[in-house]
Amino acid sequence: MRTSVRTTRSRARRAGIALAAALALSLTAACGGGDGGGDGSGASGDGAGDGREATVELPDLKGQKLQVAAVWTGPEQKNFRRVLDEFEERTGAEVGFVPTGDNVATFVGSKVEGGAPPDVAMLPQVGVLHQFAEKGWIKPLREGTREQLGKNFSQGWQDLGAHDGEQYGVYFKAANKSLVWYNTTAFENAGVSEPKTWDEFLEAAQTLSDSGVPPVSVGGADGWTLTDWFENVYLSQAGPEKYDQLAAHEIKWTDPSVRDALNTLGELFGEKELLAGGNQGALRTEFPKSVTQVFADVEQPQAAMVYEGDFVAVNIGDTEAEIGQDAKVFPFPAVGEDSPVVSGGDAAVALKDGEGAHALLTFLASTDAAAIWAEQGGFISPNKELDTAVYPDDVQRDIAEALIAAGDDFRFDMSDQAPAAFGGTKGAGEWKALQDFLADPGDVAGAQRELEAAAAKAYGD
Amino acid sequence: MSTAAAGGPATRRSSIVRARPWSAACFLLPALVLLGALVVYPIVYSVHRSLFDASGTGFVGLGNYIELFTDDDTLTAIRNNTVWVVVAPTVCTALGLIFAVLTERVRWGTAFKLIVFMPMAISMLAAGIIFRLVYEQDPDRGVANAVWVSVHDTFDEASAWPGARPRPDGELEGTGGSYTTKSAADAADPANLPLVGVPPRDLADAAEASPARPAGDGKVTGTVWVDFAKGGGGEPNAVDPGEKALAGVVVEAVRDGRVVATATTGEDGTFALPAEADGARLRLPASNFTEAYNGVDWLGPSLVTPAIIASYVWMWAGFAMVLIAAGLAGVPRELLEAARVDGANEWQVFRRVTVPVLAPVLAVVLVTLMINVLKIFDLVYIIAPGATQSDANVLALQLYLSSFGTGADQGVGSAIAVLLLLLVVPVMVFNIRRLRRENRR
Repeated sequence: MRTSVRTTRSRARRAGIALAAALALSLTAACGGGDGGGDGSGASGDGAGDGREATVELPDLKGQKLQVAAVWTGPEQKNFRRVLDEFEERTGAEVGFVPTGDNVATFVGSKVEGGAPPDVAMLPQVGVLHQFAEKGWIKPLREGTREQLGKNFSQGWQDLGAHDGEQYGVYFKAANKSLVWYNTTAFENAGVSEPKTWDEFLEAAQTLSDSGVPPVSVGGADGWTLTDWFENVYLSQAGPEKYDQLAAHEIKWTDPSVRDALNTLGELFGEKELLAGGNQGALRTEFPKSVTQVFADVEQPQAAMVYEGDFVAVNIGDTEAEIGQDAKVFPFPAVGEDSPVVSGGDAAVALKDGEGAHALLTFLASTDAAAIWAEQGGFISPNKELDTAVYPDDVQRDIAEALIAAGDDFRFDMSDQAPAAFGGTKGAGEWKALQDFLADPGDVAGAQRELEAAAAKAYGD
Repeated sequence: MSTAAAGGPATRRSSIVRARPWSAACFLLPALVLLGALVVYPIVYSVHRSLFDASGTGFVGLGNYIELFTDDDTLTAIRNNTVWVVVAPTVCTALGLIFAVLTERVRWGTAFKLIVFMPMAISMLAAGIIFRLVYEQDPDRGVANAVWVSVHDTFDEASAWPGARPRPDGELEGTGGSYTTKSAADAADPANLPLVGVPPRDLADAAEASPARPAGDGKVTGTVWVDFAKGGGGEPNAVDPGEKALAGVVVEAVRDGRVVATATTGEDGTFALPAEADGARLRLPASNFTEAYNGVDWLGPSLVTPAIIASYVWMWAGFAMVLIAAGLAGVPRELLEAARVDGANEWQVFRRVTVPVLAPVLAVVLVTLMINVLKIFDLVYIIAPGATQSDANVLALQLYLSSFGTGADQGVGSAIAVLLLLLVVPVMVFNIRRLRRENRR
């Protein structure tokens, strides 16, 4: 149903367009500025004025039909659709978007088993990319894409998309998952400032709680937010070496370093009044709600802070709050020596070896594609050639610049490196174990046992 | 159906088959091919596949079945499936029977039946989404909790300052939600009872707190207020300008575990207790601070399966009702009349005549629903949130979860499918035997 609606729409649109690619690009940029409303008019206005040049050559794909599967919904899906629209206009191909639901691996897996995989899928987990590559479900990149990749991406991001020396994935969208977003009014009312360390963070939380605003909003109904909490604490406390070992399951989850990290996390999760809605309330809060309860009512928020990645900006966009004014961000507080930098990202992979699929990957590896979404907001590109002026506000520009500046000095989301059964399945593995921990933060040993049992099964040892 | 006609044609048909077996084979072939390709082959293949490992190449014998009965998730699924099979069809049939019998007697019965049957027109997926909303925790969004909370609040009034609490190191210390002073009250020295943690929106209309003065006539005075000035300024445990008063807080004077006097704070947060309170401890009882009742956690670990079963009943009670109503229309009126003439009351007529006569229909409904319930998937998959999905697990869901995705093991998945098949078989056998018996009659 969905595809057919899209197809008709794109066919109608295509009929009206017989312009050169560069002109078409400036047109979409202008449209984008108009639709974006107040949030990004400055940046996109510039883009339209310059008439950005196409930096990548794409083949003519008239009449071809492609399918792209990705987890995105709502505003993210709409913004990605703009990228696809641009690709349609440049190549003449028709691209249908298939939302995968929470579990990309399961969705794509069942499509592959059924013999009708989408042409391109966006894999949020490195672990899934490796598993798919091993099974031969995904195809190595072609020369044109590799060229764009080499030009635009640092080695660290290229390696994340590789398996056994072969390049498979293009990290189109990156995420900086070490950010705490806060409501500036709540901070002002309580008279607290941005904390730098974990202790300062807890102190600030206590003061906020005294001021009558529940300090921390946790989206515990979605297990992945909890894995991200844990990873930041663990990376900062146990250090990058241990982090890599745990990610590869070279050390067990019953390791003392895991116990320490859970104890640290328990200092927050164990205090009912520090969590919006208490522990049970946090468990029922989905990620979008965890953001809106901080920013929906700017003056009288239901919580003061929410931890998650840069993509929180998208959900803030659904509220009245102004990023940079009502909503600000500080780096995840340092538990040990340094503040952690945990990143994530969605890698585009080809499931069919067609020309269209590879052309789309080439496009996604290009600066042009990154710029389209970047100016809509809620998107950080690992593309180092992208002009950061396209980001709609200073907050997002700073996040993006920090990510590029970190170079190869970051750690990829641990749960996304794990096999999907452990790190990426709703109601199972790490997601479930940490939800149980949130429900009962006193039981650290029990949580460790549960984590280790699930990990041992998923890693197959 | 008609027994008289059955004998003749049957004999003739068998003689044709005996005379020309190939023609019978020709007629049977299309059906056999379809049955074979769509039913027999998948069953055989599933059994075969369940004996191999995840990759499908290594023979593991009954390994997958052993894993099935040692895996916690599958055991939960089996237990939940049992609950489902026992409860859901029974409740549906019982409700269907009640609806059918009652609607037979009212004039707008058809309209009622139409409404009860309507959920059947909705897909399981849509019903799942509807009930996800119904069971939403927030009473402002979830209907179930909205009803529950308003009933609860009718009997139990909300407190004045939910969530207020003392600073950890302050003069007040808490036991069981109420807060008591560490030292005894003194008529000459007004008691300061500072609290924190009151949401700013609750304080919008509150007056500024004023420090209490000694009354002089032996009365014990004091102030209850929010010891938190906007912006974080102000001295702890002192009434600073700009700090808001907590009006309507009950203050009790307690001596030797007995309440000797009570007072309520005024607009400016001050209170005055009679002279008996001198030397007693002051207590702020828990009733001042109880959090607003937030309803039932419908989708929590313990209630999630009953909650989903309820949504299933909502959908399928209409189905049961329509079938039973059809059966009821065929019940001979004379039987009921005869019973009534013989002096049976309505309950006896229902219990001794209607139900026994309807028994075959009830059995059909029950068995159909049982088969239907064994393979329940959609409602559980959609309604159960991630945190409690494993508590709500059923076999069909476990089958899906273990068969697809990257951690997929289609060996285990097939084993679950075979187990499901085995569970359905007795119900099928019962159904077939009953049909045979009926045909013979």
